[in-house]
Order: sequence, then C-alpha cells, then structure tokens
Amino acid sequence: MAQILSPLPGTFYRTPAPDKPPYKADGDAVAVGDVIGLIEVMKSYIEVTSDVAGTNIRFSVDNEEPVMAGTPLADLD
Amino acid sequence: MLKKLLVANRGEIAVRIIRAARDLGIATVAVHSAADTDALHVQLADEAVNIGPPAAKKSYLNMAAILAAAETTGADAIHPGYGFLAENAEFADAVAAAGLVFVGPSGDAIRLMGDKVSARSAAHAAGVPVVPGSSGRVAGIEEARHILIDTGFPVMIKAAAGGGGRGIRIANNLAEFEQAFPQAEAEALSAFGDGGLYMEKVIGRARHIEVQVLGDRTDAIHLFERECSLQRRRQKVWEEAPSAALSEGLRDRLCSSAVALARAVSYSGAGTVEYLYDDAADQFYFIEMNTRIQVEHPVTEMITGVDLVAEGLRIAGGEALRLKQRDIVPRGHAIEVRINAEDPARDFAPFPGKVGDLRLPGGPGVRFDSMLFQGYQVPPFYDSLLAKLVVHAETREAAITRLTRALTELSIEGMKTTKPLFLALAADETVRAGAVHTRWLEGWLSENADRLNDAQG
Repeated sequence: MAQILSPLPGTFYRTPAPDKPPYKADGDAVAVGDVIGLIEVMKSYIEVTSDVAGTNIRFSVDNEEPVMAGTPLADLD
Repeated sequence: MLKKLLVANRGEIAVRIIRAARDLGIATVAVHSAADTDALHVQLADEAVNIGPPAAKKSYLNMAAILAAAETTGADAIHPGYGFLAENAEFADAVAAAGLVFVGPSGDAIRLMGDKVSARSAAHAAGVPVVPGSSGRVAGIEEARHILIDTGFPVMIKAAAGGGGRGIRIANNLAEFEQAFPQAEAEALSAFGDGGLYMEKVIGRARHIEVQVLGDRTDAIHLFERECSLQRRRQKVWEEAPSAALSEGLRDRLCSSAVALARAVSYSGAGTVEYLYDDAADQFYFIEMNTRIQVEHPVTEMITGVDLVAEGLRIAGGEALRLKQRDIVPRGHAIEVRINAEDPARDFAPFPGKVGDLRLPGGPGVRFDSMLFQGYQVPPFYDSLLAKLVVHAETREAAITRLTRALTELSIEGMKTTKPLFLALAADETVRAGAVHTRWLEGWLSENADRLNDAQG
C-alpha cells in the first residue's frame, strides 16, 4: 500500500479541464510518473505526478477541494 | 455620502479601499473566505462576514453570499475592487436591484466596454483611434481583401467564436492571406461551429499606455497616462507615470480621446482607457477600457495628489466631480513595482509561504500598499500579489534611484518574491533609458535568468 501526497498547497483537480474525464478513474492502476491530478496554486496549475506505482487508486480528496502541502491525495494497493 | 461600505474583495486592494472609506468617515464591512479569516482587510474593517469556502467561486465570486452579507450588515454600497466581480455587469445590476450603490459604472457601461466589438464601435464613434481592421465579422474573402487596404501586413485573422489565443492566424503577405483566409474559415467552422472571422492589423513593437479617467455620468476628466510596457505573460509588473515616450502634443490627443470615450458612455467612477502606442509609426490605438480601479492606480495618485479611490466613493455617494481638468497638474515621476509571491529564480513559481521578519521601506517619496504582516500565512488560493512598492521623485532617473533604495530596505523573510527582478531591472541600461516595448521583458528574462537569484524575498 502506498500514498500519493500533495506536493503543494492549493486546490486539487482530478481532471485536466472541467469538460474532460479525470486523469485517473477510481480503481485505475498507476505507474511512476503518471499524472493523477492538478494543483492550482496562485492561479498556476501544477501537475501532480506519482512517484510510486500501484493498483486500485482510491482518492481521499474530492475534485476542487483545498489541500495543504503533504495532504494525502490518494491510496494505492 | 455613503454610510456603510461592503468591500467585495481581498488582499491589498481591500485594505486600500477600507483606508479610503475610513478617511471619508464611511463604516466598512469586509467579506472573506474561510482561508482569509486572519487577513489584514478582515482585521481593519469595522465588521467582517465569512462568505464561504476558500475557492473563489464559492466565496469572492458568490454574488448571493455577498448580497446577503450586505443585507445582514446594513451596508448601503458595495465596492468590487479589481478582479473577481469588478467587471461583471450582472453583479452591478444585482447590486442596484437590491437597492444598493455599486461603486463604479452602470451595468450597461460595463457590458458595452466588456464586449470587444461594441467597445471598439463605441471608441470609434467617440473619435478614438482603433487598431485598423474589420468593424465586425467579415462577410467573405471579397470584403476581406478590401479591409487589407487599411490593415496592411502582417494581418491577424481571428475566429469570432474563438478566445484565449485559439483560432488565430497571421498572414505576412497577400499570398499567405489568400491561403490562410479560407483555411481559417473552415477551421473556425469545424472547431467552433461558427465560421465567422475578424481581421486586425498586427501591431509589432508597441508600448502599453493607458489613461486614467474619472467620471460622474455627466462629466469626465483625465488624470494623465501611465506606461505599463514591462509585462511578463501579459501581466504588468512595473508601471510608471508619466510615460517618457510621449510628446506633449501626443499626450494631449491621447488623454482627450480617453475623456471623449468616457463622456460618450456616461462613465461613472474611476476607469482606464488602454492603448497600444507604436513609437515608430507615432500612432496610438485603443485596446480596451477597464471599468474599475486598477492595480497600478497609485502611480497616478503620486503624480497628481488625487486619491482616486476616495473620489470614486464620493461620486458613488452622489457628489458631482469635485475636480476640474485644470485642477489636475502632474508633478514629478512615479514608479510602481508588483511584489509577488513568486520565485524569479525558478521561472516565477508560486510561493505561498509564511511571512517571517518583515522590514518595510519608508522615507520621502515611498509608498507601500500591502496586506502583509509578520506571521501572515499567504494562502495558495488567490493571486500572488503581496504588495505594491510605489516611489515618487522629481525625475524618472531619481525615481529609479529611489526605487533601488526602497527595494534594498524591503525584506520579507520566509518568502520568495519578485524583489530581485526589480533590483535587476532598475540597474538595466535599457530600462533606465526607457527603451522598452510590451514584449521586451520576456526576451530580457530568457537572457538574464542567472541575475535573479536571491536568498530572501
């Protein structure tokens, strides 16, 4: 089991744009370097990439929720 | 006169507006998101109302929550500041419909100036030079060839339904144009379901020059110009007044044209008419009108001695313009730089840190508009502007020297800021000579990245 943490404080987005599907659906597998979401910090959008690999991603933060640096965003098996 | 003002904004501009209101004896209401409970504007206002979660669209953009806060507190007026709801005609209408005063122009004036085509038509009708191009949609290639006589090359072909840089093509000569126009039409149709196109002359090297106006619906005056040519990603970083590039004759024509436009739209409050000035051709062109107070308004206040925010509040309270054009006499030179929570050494990455030891500049000719205090945690949810350092001196040269002096006094521990950028720019020969244009800074940044390292903000 592994966790993906937010690298920055800001607002978390699961999709690249409001009308686009999420980067990862619940239950997807994740490889090292995969983008799993965006953090909006001071009007800049920064991609969150996973530095761990795993399966069955489960998000612990909803789309458009505020996060702190180090907030767990998702769990992996 | 207004009795109780709700400030529908945050950050340094909310602080600025609260100060002006207090100077006039008007009570103040701050609104804030859950992320701004400890913010300076909340501390300074007489009352404060939490209007929602951190995300701007759930708080500072939430019209219903702001109107409810006004009702609960008994405010009789709302000041929108800049950004957020400042140029939202629907909000201005809703404020008026609730029986409150919107500090700014009418919803109709905001709508007229907010639409690119209607703003251009209004400017043209008021005798303000506009960028040569089509006056609306181009009917077809026959009409397009006719418009080329005005625009010359290069010319920009834009999809009417496009936006944010999408659907734009540039043709450098007739052959390219003949090829690009039908392609742009087909592309616009497939991308946007609308093949409508506009055309506009491409202005190469130009300065950004804007004129400050004040209106009371029946009359309008100007408070001279500001030059804001130093921009990064279309964001102004350094603004000054007056522009060293204008002759007296050109300044007169430019400022008079802004007044003509403000009068034509029965403008109320503080506004700015923005232009591109092409030095080589000695021509200026209308870009747009911003129907609100602007970030860089203090440089105009420094050279004219007029409190623009206070005048806007007086006009909103029903007073006629107190100042006549002859009362506006500019003195000296002012420069403002935007101290942002960004790390210039890392491509201006946002830096939402916590403010440690804080040393502010002072002394003659120095003004520091900010919401900073020691221990303030800068929230990551809003823009990165922390402070505006404004200096005033007898000449531009002396103002740059004073800017360097003030920047040297400024220290914001715990933060990375744009201070090193301004120290480097103030020492740059091209900046000192004023030989810049709107795309100059981007080139300078790619060549001078190594000069922007600094341990502390």
